[in-house]
Amino acid sequence: MAKIVVEVMLKPEILDPQGKAVAAALPRLGFTFATSVRQGKRFEIEVVGDPTTEQLAEVSRAAETLLANPVIETFVVKVEK
Amino acid sequence: MKVGVVTFPGSLDDRDAARAVRAGGSEAIALWHDDADLHGVDAVILPGGFSYGDYLRCGAISRFAPVMGSIIEKANGGMPVLGICNGFQILCESHLLPGALTQNQGLHFLCTPQKIKVENISTPWTSNFTEGLEIVIPLKNGEGSFQCDDETLAMLEGESRVIARYVGVNPNGSRNLIAGISNARGNVVGLMPHPEHAIDPLTGPSADGLPFFTSILNAMVGK
Repeated sequence: MAKIVVEVMLKPEILDPQGKAVAAALPRLGFTFATSVRQGKRFEIEVVGDPTTEQLAEVSRAAETLLANPVIETFVVKVEK
Repeated sequence: MKVGVVTFPGSLDDRDAARAVRAGGSEAIALWHDDADLHGVDAVILPGGFSYGDYLRCGAISRFAPVMGSIIEKANGGMPVLGICNGFQILCESHLLPGALTQNQGLHFLCTPQKIKVENISTPWTSNFTEGLEIVIPLKNGEGSFQCDDETLAMLEGESRVIARYVGVNPNGSRNLIAGISNARGNVVGLMPHPEHAIDPLTGPSADGLPFFTSILNAMVGK
């Protein structure tokens, strides 16, 4: 069944200390590919049946109200099978 | 004068805040997160702690507690509100104050006596200070880094709404060393360090925090 996914990221200009800590830990383990790491949040939301356009719009409103803080974060809403 | 102190699930500093209110000469009224009735209080303190476990973002869920609806309405009408630490985070999430509190730059939870400078004494919570006074009160938080966009920062500075600033090394990465701000009207103040833990040298690093609580009594009596 399809689910609605909301991904929340700190805005690029907001410092992400957790991402920086991860970026610093990777090379210590021999992973040298990363020039930068940013850490975010992912919400998986299930609804009855396949999500409708109305439900997606409602999820967007919920994301703006609660799931993300628009002062410091951006979000995307998508549907995943 | 009655000062309400809200207890959310996970509040830690509500009892110290109530004690500080009494030490400042006012009556402390316990308010409950799930009760929209403010019981006739003249001012409200949102105390520190980890309301709702800091889940999602600090203050994000508390902001929608029934008591907050009443507080937001009254605050917009001019009622004095002081948010300390988690209370500051709740005020930002409520959009009563601009900006947001994010994770400390150094990632660590901090718990230390912190020197701050009181820069605006025109609010009902700071009127008993002298402008520019440096005080030492506890700072204890994991998400205390004040962040906002450049435009908001310029507005806060231009309107003298930075009420307190860290002195010395920036403890958490806050923009412009901001430790506390007010809304445009001045009645709503958010402060990251904890004046309620510094009202008596026996139990705190100083008694430097007490004027926050005597100020509010003066502000309300003077009306």
